[in-house]
Amino acid sequence: MADKLLEVTDLHVMYRTDDDNVYALNGVDISVEKGKTLGLVGETGAGKTTLALSILRLLPDRVGFVTQGNVKMNGVELLKLSEPDMRLLRGNDISMIFQDPMTSLNPIHTVGDQIAEVIALHNEHADRDSIEKKVDEMMEMVGIPAIRKSEYPHQFSGGMKQRIVIAIALACNPKLLLADEPTTALDVTIQAQVLEMMEQLKQKLGTSMILITHDLGIVAQICDQVGIMYAGEVVEIGTVEDIFEGTQHHPYTVGLFGAIPNMAEGSPRLHPIDGLMPDPSIVLPGCPFAERCPHRLDKCQKERPQAVPVNSGMHRIKCWLAKAVREE
Amino acid sequence: MTTPLIQTKGLKKYFGTPHGLLHAVDDVNISIEAGQTLGVVGESGCGKSTLGRVILRLVEATSGEVLFNGENILNYTPQQMKDMRKQMQIVFQDPFASLNPRMTVSELIAEPMKVCGVCKNNNEMMERVFELMDTVGLAERFVNTYPHEMDGGRRQRIGIARALALDPKFIVCDEPVSALDVSIQAQILNLLMDLQDSRGYTYMFITHDMSVVKHISDQIAVMYLGQCVELAPTKTLFSSPLHPYTHGLLNAIPIPSLKHRKTLHIMKGEVVSPINPKPGCRFAARCPEAAEECRRPGLQLREVEPGHFVACFKR
Amino acid sequence: MTAENAQKISVENRLRQYKKKSQMRTIWNRLKKNRLAIFGLALFLVMLAVVSTADIYYNYEQDAIAQHLSLRFKGPGQTAGHPLGTDQYGRDVLARVIYGGRISMFVGLATICVSLSLGSLIGATAAYYGGKVDNILMRIMDVFLAIPNILMAITLVAAFGTSLLNLILAMGLAGTPKMSRIVRSSVLSIIGTDYIEAARAYGTSDMRIIFRHILPNAMGPILVQATQTVARSVITVSSLSFIGLGISEPTPEWGAMLSAAKSQLRYHPYLAISPGIAIVMVVVSLTLLGDGLRDAMDPRLKN
Repeated sequence: MADKLLEVTDLHVMYRTDDDNVYALNGVDISVEKGKTLGLVGETGAGKTTLALSILRLLPDRVGFVTQGNVKMNGVELLKLSEPDMRLLRGNDISMIFQDPMTSLNPIHTVGDQIAEVIALHNEHADRDSIEKKVDEMMEMVGIPAIRKSEYPHQFSGGMKQRIVIAIALACNPKLLLADEPTTALDVTIQAQVLEMMEQLKQKLGTSMILITHDLGIVAQICDQVGIMYAGEVVEIGTVEDIFEGTQHHPYTVGLFGAIPNMAEGSPRLHPIDGLMPDPSIVLPGCPFAERCPHRLDKCQKERPQAVPVNSGMHRIKCWLAKAVREE
Repeated sequence: MTTPLIQTKGLKKYFGTPHGLLHAVDDVNISIEAGQTLGVVGESGCGKSTLGRVILRLVEATSGEVLFNGENILNYTPQQMKDMRKQMQIVFQDPFASLNPRMTVSELIAEPMKVCGVCKNNNEMMERVFELMDTVGLAERFVNTYPHEMDGGRRQRIGIARALALDPKFIVCDEPVSALDVSIQAQILNLLMDLQDSRGYTYMFITHDMSVVKHISDQIAVMYLGQCVELAPTKTLFSSPLHPYTHGLLNAIPIPSLKHRKTLHIMKGEVVSPINPKPGCRFAARCPEAAEECRRPGLQLREVEPGHFVACFKR
Repeated sequence: MTAENAQKISVENRLRQYKKKSQMRTIWNRLKKNRLAIFGLALFLVMLAVVSTADIYYNYEQDAIAQHLSLRFKGPGQTAGHPLGTDQYGRDVLARVIYGGRISMFVGLATICVSLSLGSLIGATAAYYGGKVDNILMRIMDVFLAIPNILMAITLVAAFGTSLLNLILAMGLAGTPKMSRIVRSSVLSIIGTDYIEAARAYGTSDMRIIFRHILPNAMGPILVQATQTVARSVITVSSLSFIGLGISEPTPEWGAMLSAAKSQLRYHPYLAISPGIAIVMVVVSLTLLGDGLRDAMDPRLKN
């Protein structure tokens, strides 16, 4: 049984706004194994970014709340840690990189300084020289000549900025990296470079990763495990083989695959999923996808489905139509 | 042999910058037959958006010709352009920024008709608005709502309805689905294709997404740093790409399938600056096949096979 | 019934089902939640009402201008009918404050009209045409900006005389550069947007683009600046009158009243307090309203 680095159990998150309460996460269960990459796939509003922020406890003050659930890393319950303890973790044990490299870097500091900052924060007794050495090391690792460390972010292109962001995130060799759509803003050829680099770094440093994306191609390329999110829940989770080649799937997963123009196999017409994601300010009693599901039963709109294991591995589907594998 | 609806000859657009001349669009020759879709692909800075805007004269070309049904519209007077505008329209990428936040759906769709004075009275205009909303799949109840109250997919439908309001022949679609979720993308792409089938619109579909462009285009132009490096029918481009950049582009795309998992062929380097470019092939710096001869001037788009054009010294 | 009428009715029927939610209403709803802003608005409206209806309960000549030397220097509440007391000439302080408010508030509002119209014209033109036009116009504005508002007003009034019209023009001109800057930046932020490009794509004329697309969207920050400018104009008028360049005796005006009260501060401070509080009330109410408007109009500040 592989070693679990991170375990999220029954996580519920709510945003309280002026007008409504928005129920962003409604019972999320995921786990990440050591050294593996979990891909989180879903569309806007599914709750992927909220999940990542919840793990790091970076939900907006006074607006975002965890109402239920556990987040355990190496057995430690993160939701119960004090803020100073949490701050020690951030950047050191868990790092996050965001989607837009343009705004992730501070324009008035050199890139070298920004990498050095995170190192100095978590290594109080390190001297100037050893910090600078580490900065050089990180820059070379992400493929940027160390001599450029005294330049400012605006002097780099989008792809290079994202590499610097990755260097900052990995500088303290964290156990877990949360990457929120790290390549969406990049050109496809640059994306390929950055993805390859991330893969190599992952191997070299043994970092586990949660990769949030809407691109199933990237998922197939570099993820080991995949979770499909819809309306604040993980409706299907499994290994990448389970998701791409398994026999059973959640109807939303089927819909997602049918909606993307596939490069390898042509399709004359795309099959979009009718309708829209439900209003997150209302918690429906049944399955959140029921309204749009072509296979819905009466039961689906009344009772919320539980996660059903459909093979002896980790493949689970939250659907009344899923046929469970009998556990021996 | 019918005249293509849209043709460009030696189209150039240069911008003056403090550092030198920026070659945004450099000597581009394309043609689109009526009722067909030309996909224009390339990465950031390749000039594809500028190309679309120059053709519509939203940005004035530096030199060259844009032929609409054989006539050079770059020579048209403002009065002639006023009429011409009814025939060519544009759909923008950002469904939020392209709609005036203080106008309702009906006002947005009616505005082009008001400006061009195509309807005799208000009733006729409203009838047409309802008609257009129906055509693009917008429910009638949205007629008096504001764009910010609607989701991205619906907003993009408003943008499309607005583009159709004047019943144009040619529509430039500038990354119309890039800002949308995958399942909504599919809805909008299907809509655009259905409209072309039923009403014969001609599209220039600008995008960076190769899988989308494969789906919707009849012909594809690949652009790099302002130049068109390859032009071919869709099937041909994907089955036998000739230009090294096209190869690199296609190989860099991750496929959502484990069967086709491959080691991505990673293209080295970054895009060079389009300011004061050196003579010769602009891709030479990154090209795995580059040689001395590639830097000599005189690179032209040549027809290597029937209908398949490439700008490469080595092909 | 002709076919055209039938069509007209069917269209109207369909439209009637879908109410147009006014944007004004949305802004008003958000403004309502801001208690300070509503307080400011209410206070300003009350003051406006009081000064406009003054003639109902006061007679201008009798109460504000005529001297009643037997009633000099009565403190607040000392004599019946003079709740705020009387001044050195026996005139009712409250009446003079109210009539003085008429002038201050009228001048304030008139001034904003001048600087708003001139400033909008200059700012919008500079932003829309850009390049040399922008440069020339803005450099001229910079020259005027370098001169403090009040100095400019003083110079203009001193040069052209102290009539009310001159006062308004002087202060209006003094406030134009700042307003033109605000208008220019507001317009610039809109010109680059896609929907302006879309409007050009179907051949919209420059005029129509400015009035139909740019101005309605640029109004927000301009409106907020306008409330602040009114407040500042009130202070400027008072300041000018204080130094003797604005409204002259015996016309009541807050600044002039303050000036006259200077020499009486030791024994009759109420003569300064009353007009002083009136000025504060106007400025505070407008500032609160302006802040509230800015927050209510900013679409990003949704939560």
